[in-house]
Amino acid sequence: MGVEGIGASVVRKEDRRFITGKGRYVDDIKLQGMTHAHFVRSPHAHAKVKGIDSSAAMKMPGVVGVLIGQQIVDDKVGNLICGWAISSKDGSPMKMGAWPAMAPETVRFVGQAVAVVIAETKNQAKDAAEAVVVDYEELQAVPDIRAAIKPGAPQLHPEAPGNVVYDWHIGDEAAVKGAFSKAANVVTLELTNNRLVPNAMEPRAAIAEYNEAEEHYTLYTTSQNPHVARLVLSAFYNIAPEHKLRVIAPDVGGGFGSKIYIYPEEMVALWASKKVRRPVKWTGDRTEAFLTDHHGRDHISKAEMAFDKDNKILGLRVKTHANFGAYMSLFSSAVPTYLYATLLSGQYVIPAIYAEVMGVYTNTTPVDAYRGAGRPEASYLVERMMETAARQLKVDPAELRRKNFVTQFPYQTPVIMAYDIGDFGASLDAAMKAIDYAGFAARKAKAKSEGKLRGLGFSCYIEACGIAPSKAVGSLGAGVGLWESAEVRVNPVGTIEILTGSHSHGQGHETTFAQLISERLGVPISQVQIIHGDTDKVQFGMGTYGSRSLAVGGTAIIKAMEKVEAKAKKIAAHALEASENDIVIENGEFKVTGTDKSIALPMVALAAYTAHNLPDGMEPGLKETAFYDPTNFTFPAGAYICELEVDPGTGKTSFVNFVAADDFGRLINPMIVEGQVHGGLAQGIGQALLEAAVYDSNGQPVTASFMDYAMPRADDLPSFKLSHTTTLCPGNPLGVKGCGEAGAIGASAAVINAITDAIGNNKLEMPATPNRVWHAIHG
Amino acid sequence: MSRVELKINGNAVSADIEDRTLLVHLLRENLNLTGTHVGCDTSQCGACVVHIDGRAVKSCTVLAGQAAGSSITTIEGISNGDDLHPMQAAFRDNHGLQCGYCTPGMIMSAIDIVNRYGGKLDEDTIRHELEGNICRCTGYHNIVKSVLDAAGRMKVSQAAE
Repeated sequence: MGVEGIGASVVRKEDRRFITGKGRYVDDIKLQGMTHAHFVRSPHAHAKVKGIDSSAAMKMPGVVGVLIGQQIVDDKVGNLICGWAISSKDGSPMKMGAWPAMAPETVRFVGQAVAVVIAETKNQAKDAAEAVVVDYEELQAVPDIRAAIKPGAPQLHPEAPGNVVYDWHIGDEAAVKGAFSKAANVVTLELTNNRLVPNAMEPRAAIAEYNEAEEHYTLYTTSQNPHVARLVLSAFYNIAPEHKLRVIAPDVGGGFGSKIYIYPEEMVALWASKKVRRPVKWTGDRTEAFLTDHHGRDHISKAEMAFDKDNKILGLRVKTHANFGAYMSLFSSAVPTYLYATLLSGQYVIPAIYAEVMGVYTNTTPVDAYRGAGRPEASYLVERMMETAARQLKVDPAELRRKNFVTQFPYQTPVIMAYDIGDFGASLDAAMKAIDYAGFAARKAKAKSEGKLRGLGFSCYIEACGIAPSKAVGSLGAGVGLWESAEVRVNPVGTIEILTGSHSHGQGHETTFAQLISERLGVPISQVQIIHGDTDKVQFGMGTYGSRSLAVGGTAIIKAMEKVEAKAKKIAAHALEASENDIVIENGEFKVTGTDKSIALPMVALAAYTAHNLPDGMEPGLKETAFYDPTNFTFPAGAYICELEVDPGTGKTSFVNFVAADDFGRLINPMIVEGQVHGGLAQGIGQALLEAAVYDSNGQPVTASFMDYAMPRADDLPSFKLSHTTTLCPGNPLGVKGCGEAGAIGASAAVINAITDAIGNNKLEMPATPNRVWHAIHG
Repeated sequence: MSRVELKINGNAVSADIEDRTLLVHLLRENLNLTGTHVGCDTSQCGACVVHIDGRAVKSCTVLAGQAAGSSITTIEGISNGDDLHPMQAAFRDNHGLQCGYCTPGMIMSAIDIVNRYGGKLDEDTIRHELEGNICRCTGYHNIVKSVLDAAGRMKVSQAAE
């Protein structure tokens, strides 16, 4: 490894601009003549829009225009789409209601936009929005999954009778029935996976500019995938043809899934910029983020696991209801199906699995992928089940897991996924050693003598990321391929630009990707520039989500690099009068192996561009492109153990220790990887202890600010003890698996298993607030 | 409209603003000091922390007019030319930031914490003191490490002065 190559914890190239206040986020950008948009949003969870009177607002100071939902329909701007087709058990396609960018007739969740005010200043737009009079006829709302599927429940969309989007299943029902008929023991569990609000710290924002002379639009937006945004805006929303729309996602302040989707606000800003012939800026505030950023999780599940007399798992049966909110968001349909039920095998050999998932409309904010997306829900279910089973079967929870671990790879689960490699025993060993499992009983006894209830909880997660092989996802209903592209430009002076379809919004790509180049060429990372987030600069790419940027985007860079190196070697061999097979690349030089003859990279690059003396028939230049489509998902896995104390007097939980042993394959920058794990753990712990998006029975959100929604703060969390075990991913040349979501996937079960262990009551839902824990102890 | 005069990062500044203008909006909208961020609308997140006369304050809680006559320091004003403030360097060296959005507020709060506690800082105190700054990326682990590291560096740099 070079000093800045693979495996080096080099500090991040991008940090200087962030720590000096020079980052450039969307809201930092000002355009000449820019106007400001403020949306008029529904205060009702379900209502008919009888009329909108904007006459008073139009007379307010600074108002440039007031645009309403019917106008966007009249202009034939397309309805929002869901890009993954799922069929029900009976073969029927999923049933979806229309979702216009601003509601012309019916609002179905609090915060849905019905109109937008465009004004000279933000304050003027806000003031005028107060003067827009909307005549609503309130309808009965249904925010709760169970209530929404009851006969006689209010109906959200005529297209989806009973509020059911789909009733899907996976696995072999008969085989599971057979497994249960042979069972020595059956363990059952009912649980809720609480609804979360992603809350990236940068609120969503958009600036749209229409250039009349060129009939061209530019959109600055907070996106994890600007090319996907451009594609959807042009192909489906009919706002601008793809070659007349430039989408720029500059510095983006966190995403966690919530900035994958193309939201109504971006659509309206683009559409409005042509209407008012001025640039239009919209910056959401935090309340709007709570109301309109697509939420995560929100499942209720019932699970049963069958064991034989030796405590080997025979089968798993799961029935889940997933809340989609009021509309089907871009990838929402895939989250509780192919990103969830396909992971229900966990780290275990489970011969038969059958899962049913019913997706349900409710009068709440739409739900889609949030860090982990389906996999946290699966992992939470499986790992709470294993802990519950260990208690019921009266065996050590680590031993029960170990007895059932998958140990032979590749391993085909009964639910599509084929695990390529792993060593689940190794990560469990590492975590148990780190927490001193052998000493736990003594620590528990000591805590008891001090009046505290101490508990320990395991979570052995596995996830599928590096999303995803295009053919495979296409066969499962995805509307897009999930490859990635890269372009490597070696400039005439030998500096290198990498253009990637991946998008960094905190992940540190500018450093990690540069390290890949440093490793191969031996050049310092300061010689390498990573360019992303601009559809005018970068060729089509799929963006960043599903822990895919290194495994898929990084591999695309490697593939393009291989082409660049092959050509550069030919040029070097020609210059050095050697055979290209004898050329090796070391420390930025092309050397003839076994001799002292060499030529430096800048001279090779210069030769490529002067083209004075290239091999016969070679094109000038040194720039190559690659599109890389993965052959399989990657399967990061690990073991998390949480040790904590509960105060029986208050129900308050205090962390004693939290250890994480992860297998992400090869680590490029261990410092960055650990940072990703820390952040994921915080979100998983946040789900377990603090966070929940709550609606009242009328569909009013009661947690729509940081005053009401408990974000994890510094004093809610422990420091973490991390370690790594390694099995190299065989599916990509880097041997990497992806680390962005693991913490959020694995942490919540470890925490709840620890609390339920401490209090001796398994009936506990997330978030395990002191109130809930106290009642679980005292009834 | 009112005229407000104050000192920002050592420079005298005057601006004509609406009376309801918050300090954070004066900085961002009128003065283009966009390093100070807005992460919420309830004074909870701390992305907008600046120093007013040397004390960390959430600039969304202060009307620009209230800051008249004060000396304001923002994230843009703490490095000495190309030389980073020890807190900035510590955040970089300890990977105390990811997306960077909460970072300016974190750094400004953290400098104030170290100024107030000096060498008596420990992890629990830092975690308690940072309760008013929300980060969604780092899980705070490396932020706490950064502040501890910077506390040492700031002591050294103060001793050298």
